[in-house]
Amino acid sequence: MSAVIPISPVAAPGTRRSSLSPSFEYLSTKKDELIGWARKFSIFPYPFVTACCAMEFMAVSSTPYDTDRFGAALPRFSPRQSDLLMVVGTITHKQAPILLKVYEQMCEPKWVMAFGACATSGGFYQNYATLLGIDRIIPVDVYVPGCPPRPETVIDGIMQLQDKIARQKHPIITETF
Amino acid sequence: MKAPILDHLRQQFSEATLAHGTVVIETAPTELLTVARRLQAVLGFDLLLDVTAVDWPKRTPRFDVVYHFYSTTHHVRVRVKTRVAEDDPTVDSLVPLYGSAAFMERECHDMYGIVFRGNPDLRPILLYEGFTGHPLRKDYAKEHEQPLVRYRN
Repeated sequence: MSAVIPISPVAAPGTRRSSLSPSFEYLSTKKDELIGWARKFSIFPYPFVTACCAMEFMAVSSTPYDTDRFGAALPRFSPRQSDLLMVVGTITHKQAPILLKVYEQMCEPKWVMAFGACATSGGFYQNYATLLGIDRIIPVDVYVPGCPPRPETVIDGIMQLQDKIARQKHPIITETF
Repeated sequence: MKAPILDHLRQQFSEATLAHGTVVIETAPTELLTVARRLQAVLGFDLLLDVTAVDWPKRTPRFDVVYHFYSTTHHVRVRVKTRVAEDDPTVDSLVPLYGSAAFMERECHDMYGIVFRGNPDLRPILLYEGFTGHPLRKDYAKEHEQPLVRYRN
């Protein structure tokens, strides 16, 4: 990345100039990079596992594929200790309130992965029982396709999520810092 | 090994037929308890495997209620079918004879709306409280949803 400190340009018409000094703004972008870098390598997943995709989740977690290489190896079985909700499998209407409760119990910052066709869109189900995609009730950050997804697909999803985390703003003290 | 008991069954029940190697007994709803009691006490069918139904939308009476029994001494199955009408889909419960009937009759009540007279607990078992209709009936639209959580948009 460039080491040049950007001189704050003339504000475009109609935009309000920040009252913070340019050096403070520069520091604050570096802060986001630093925290993003730290957070992207310490993902604690909560496996919300309901169906056959669980087999692929086990495959991708264990030795041959090993999500520990991406800092996402240690599943936490309490939503309060985790920051990535992995929804692995079909969600039914009867189960939707439980999923919503688990999501709401997670602390910020939190991300959601829809793992497999069913969590993404309902998959091949369209009936009285099945929720057609978890994004109808909770926001989703990354969708992993496949029925079930191959471990490579899941790893690609994790890497895309890491990129997303690295590019995000990470407010830790106030709205602006 | 199985042939003697199959022949015996067909002699015992004049209305019995053979479908894919399984004896099928069709009976009137009023005779159901009698048939089940006879299968259990006399012929050794000591296990009730399944209670389900079939919806024939254009037929009267509309529903078949289907029972599968198994004998752990003879190692054969027998299927008992009875027909009930749409306006009064009621049959006698088999709970007094087989404890396993309780849950399976609840499921059948969920899915088809068959009422089992004498079952003490017909609350939803697979569906949830507040669900209206019976999803495995042919006139239940397959895309009809009854969500418990409000959608985001």
